[in-house]
Amino acid sequence: MRTDDLINALAADGAPVRPPPRRLAAVAAAGALTALVLVLAWLHPRHDLGQAIQGGMFWMKALYTAALGLAGYLAIERLSRPAAGGRRGWWVGGAALALFAVAGVVQAMGSPDIQAALHMLRGHSWHSCSVNILILGLPMLALGLVAVRGMAPTQPVAAGFATGLFAGGVAATVYGLHCPESTFTFVALWYSLGVLLPAALGALVGRWVLRW
Amino acid sequence: MTETETRLKALMLRGLEGDAPAYRAGLALLGTRLRAYFARRMAGAPGDVEDLVQETLLAVHLKRSTWDSSQSFTAWAHAVARYKLIDHWRRRKIRQTLPIEDHIEFLAADEPEPSVGIELDRALASLPERQRILVSDVKLTGLSLAEAGARAGISEGAAKVALHRALKALAERMRRADG
Repeated sequence: MRTDDLINALAADGAPVRPPPRRLAAVAAAGALTALVLVLAWLHPRHDLGQAIQGGMFWMKALYTAALGLAGYLAIERLSRPAAGGRRGWWVGGAALALFAVAGVVQAMGSPDIQAALHMLRGHSWHSCSVNILILGLPMLALGLVAVRGMAPTQPVAAGFATGLFAGGVAATVYGLHCPESTFTFVALWYSLGVLLPAALGALVGRWVLRW
Repeated sequence: MTETETRLKALMLRGLEGDAPAYRAGLALLGTRLRAYFARRMAGAPGDVEDLVQETLLAVHLKRSTWDSSQSFTAWAHAVARYKLIDHWRRRKIRQTLPIEDHIEFLAADEPEPSVGIELDRALASLPERQRILVSDVKLTGLSLAEAGARAGISEGAAKVALHRALKALAERMRRADG
């Protein structure tokens, strides 16, 4: 085929284009909604939710996981375009993680003995927290990968990681409606791990899926 | 050379706002640049140059929403071309590295003659008949979408959707052509 012929066909296709921010916003909305339905129907909201939202820790947790999600968004918004890197997002994510890690360590060190510190670290739900966040994040990860594939990522592993971070952050924020844990120590470990699991999965899968 | 960027960017901006002749002119100008770019790097396989030009133009079209119009169009298109070239080598298992290069060189003005691409025809032949006829009508006879749709017995809206799907399928098939 002659290239001019192809160009004619391309010029005839005026399908509207949606820029990456709008597509990613749609992914976040759908992902948050799915996670919310899962929390309501499967995990159930914490019993003291009404009381919890009046306390500071509920919002600290939400702020932390939302910051991780925002970091993923900032990174993928750049990484879904050719010739752009995700540096700004990595900085935001790294800063949030470092802040909570320090707060978690400080809080653990303030406990009277090692048993109390370990108790804080394990909370009541250490065995399910990270996995639950991963599960809540999976639908959004899948939606995100499909959307990003339709864009133009040139670094598939980094783009997959950012997509997973985005999904994990949103999922963990919604998970806060269920999870009654309220120490920095617990959140810094298990929430972070829960958010990093979908990110790692995204990086792994992105290598194969995010090609165009 | 920056003059090319100015012209190219102006045409693409107008094109993205729905000015089809400007869009066509922009893609044609970009096509000549892509041809020169790939020709310089594909001395061993000149037959693949036009295929790559076409695959890249398809990608530029389908991915155009990822261009941030406050940025250089050339830098964006260069990154797409570079990605497609590296992907081509990867598929053909050719071990080549592409040096970091400047966008200025991407715009260098030598203009090899266009040849005829083969992969696209192969990909086109594998499309469902209705899509194939639609693409052929629009590209060869210069029929408008409405006319081409009428010939295929579908509305203009349906023709729009079908053409877009066909182009996406073409891009996917070209990408997998020698995978």
